Amino acid sequence: MLEEGKKRIWAEYQKAVPDNNYYFVRSCIRQTFFPGSEQAFIRIIRNELGKDIYETPYHTTCTGIGYHSDIIPFETTMTVVARQFALMTEAGYSNYIPSCITSFGLYTEVLETWHHFPEIEAHIRENLWKATKREFKIPDNLSHPSDIFYHFRKNIAEKAKYSLVDIESGQPLNVVEHIGCHYSKMFPGKGIGGAEYPCVLIGMIEAWGGNAIDYPERRHCCGFGFRQYIVQSNRGYSVSCSRKKFESMKPYQPDLILTNCPGCPMFLDRWQYVISEIEGKTYGKNNQGIPVFTYEELAGLILGYDPWELGLQLHQIDCEPLLKKMGIKYNPSEKYLGYNREYIGKPEITKNLFHCC
Amino acid sequence: MNKKVVVVVGGGIAGIEASAFLSYMGFEVVLVEKENTLGGHVLNWEKLFPTMRYGSEVLDFLLQGISPKVNVYTCCEVNSISKKEHQFFVELSNGENFISDAVLVTTGYDLFDARIKEEYGYGIYENVFTSADLEMIFTAKKTLLTKQNKVPLKIGFVHCVGSRDEKVGNVYCSKVCCVTAVKQSIEIKQIYPDSEIYCFYMDLRMYGMHFEHLYKEAQEKYGVHFIRGRLSECFENVDKSILVKVEDTLTGRPLKMNVDILVLMVGFVPRKSTKKIADLIGLENGRNGFFKTKDQHTLTNVSNIPGVFFAGCCTSPKTITNTITDARAAASTIASYLLHHEIDKRTINLAP
Amino acid sequence: MSFGFNILKDRQIDFDTNDLSLARFLSLYEPSFRLCISCGGCTATCIANHHSGLSLRKIFILINRGITADIKHELDNCMLCGKCVIACPRGVNTRGLILKISELTKNSEI
Repeated sequence: MLEEGKKRIWAEYQKAVPDNNYYFVRSCIRQTFFPGSEQAFIRIIRNELGKDIYETPYHTTCTGIGYHSDIIPFETTMTVVARQFALMTEAGYSNYIPSCITSFGLYTEVLETWHHFPEIEAHIRENLWKATKREFKIPDNLSHPSDIFYHFRKNIAEKAKYSLVDIESGQPLNVVEHIGCHYSKMFPGKGIGGAEYPCVLIGMIEAWGGNAIDYPERRHCCGFGFRQYIVQSNRGYSVSCSRKKFESMKPYQPDLILTNCPGCPMFLDRWQYVISEIEGKTYGKNNQGIPVFTYEELAGLILGYDPWELGLQLHQIDCEPLLKKMGIKYNPSEKYLGYNREYIGKPEITKNLFHCC
Repeated sequence: MNKKVVVVVGGGIAGIEASAFLSYMGFEVVLVEKENTLGGHVLNWEKLFPTMRYGSEVLDFLLQGISPKVNVYTCCEVNSISKKEHQFFVELSNGENFISDAVLVTTGYDLFDARIKEEYGYGIYENVFTSADLEMIFTAKKTLLTKQNKVPLKIGFVHCVGSRDEKVGNVYCSKVCCVTAVKQSIEIKQIYPDSEIYCFYMDLRMYGMHFEHLYKEAQEKYGVHFIRGRLSECFENVDKSILVKVEDTLTGRPLKMNVDILVLMVGFVPRKSTKKIADLIGLENGRNGFFKTKDQHTLTNVSNIPGVFFAGCCTSPKTITNTITDARAAASTIASYLLHHEIDKRTINLAP
Repeated sequence: MSFGFNILKDRQIDFDTNDLSLARFLSLYEPSFRLCISCGGCTATCIANHHSGLSLRKIFILINRGITADIKHELDNCMLCGKCVIACPRGVNTRGLILKISELTKNSEI
């Protein structure tokens, strides 16, 4: 791939990312699947970068899942979003940082709707006042946490103890990056790098020493959606989307997959197991899977945080081969010791997807 | 009596042929060309459809009409034109000035910049070429190889790149690309008989005399394959071959395949530098950005400014045959204008 | 282990992995086969199409794409009337090709 061609397009899609004073909003499902990620984000922003980040216990779901599954009408969603903005205004912040990509897409959609149809915004203000007696201001800036890490990627690289390099061979690791669909496919101008080939994760990978791969199904959806996934019998459609991606990335022999969405890493991680059970196919080396990370987990790893604190034991695909490759020190016996060092239980051994140890 | 002067702006085949005819008709002709040789785009085409004869033969034939009768200024541009009554004051970039009685604009076209269609990967993936790149390889007598210096076994042609495409702002058909794709397919098959060639088209516009014959020959004698379906996008594989994704409309299913080289058939767009000339004299643009002729049927060489005429592709995409004919028509039109012939005074009477 | 769903099959034609041997054989045996442009003139005039859905246009395009699994019994409905030969604007020897394909399917050479 000729970089100059891509860089010309990336230069057209740039956006302003705030430097400080972040109002952070959590995701509904991320904390179940990747419990360490959001905590790692807050820790890195506060301790490593020394910035101010605030979150309130009173914030709720943005109802994105319900809205995209046609369960919740748009007006309700917009009123809930208005309440979220009201909490932000009351806390005295104006840089809104939602942890979930679907939320980011939903907030962008709501703000664009209000921008083009001011009468709807007035109506929602009235709804919110009637329901909660709250008022809100439109945020000055709406960014995703991955945008912030992209903005500070060089600062993180400076403090990094490890990098995305295979310590034995000295070669950069092959990293597949996967952007959530709601990041820029709906509003290309709101994503760094546009819709075709966003560079928000590429920038991080390259700053941290890795080699980003461009493979044919790079921008294919992982299949999460919401409508097809919620009904169990439809999940075959979702899995076939992920499988298309795996088949396409296999020849490039990726060492890891990097994502910035709650649903995508869950899918790409879990579906490798499902595909190995149903079809017996695996996509990593030695019949192992390709480990999937969120950007906070990867940033935490290269900054030297303990893998088990980051929640990597809850990944379906084992991360140990990659940790060994990167030369990261960890204690294998502490893997299944949770909070308060209590044993949290060990999963069963799978049939086709071999564990590393 | 002083000879009447015509300034011809643009030294492509339209400008050359019109200048030659005008000078032999008895007028003083000044031919201005921006590059350092005459010939325009035909200099870059090796063989011409539908007969596969050499473009250089056509150019040579036309150029025989030029010297020594026509005053040729190469490496020159028109810096300013102003009209006073029936005459034009023309200033060239080399400092020379002319007072002319008529101006003929033959500035021609540009090829569509394929980088605008980023999903087709031109300038991003190494093995994506345009039809112009391919023709340059033929003209320079170089061997056609992939960028990894391998012999290509599968080549794909993508029709309608930059034409018939609302998303890039060009709704019109560029006329010549379909038959050029068929011609280039045959040329590649002649070099590499064992290769497989696939043309991805929306429609195949084989309108001209012998075009359909060329298409049949491409299929029957050379075994070129045609797949009806517009390319959605292309990607690069590990080995740098191009993965093509298209809807095979005739089976109704999506199709993907790998090709070693992908050739984009780029269309015609109005030349950017014509805007400068248009602004200098006040010429109108038509709906597609090309110059607007006074009447689409009867006055295709006449502009909205009396004394300024058009020939060639600056008014619409044309084949080489049509361009040469158009140039001769422009010469006749200019001659009848300058000599105040009755035929120049016809009017359009709208039907009741 | 049952997950409650099956992985959906992909409809995409993976052209490079399809078997094009029948198409190549027919191109050599009867070069007019290459002239087909899928205009549908043959199918439009075919009487068997009205009653049984026999679509020669579809059969030819499937052969060209290497999807030959479905065509074995499609041609059984052809009555060899020859209307398609008269209708074809490009001079494809449709009846000859039908006979050859039927012969190959009978001998299970596909």
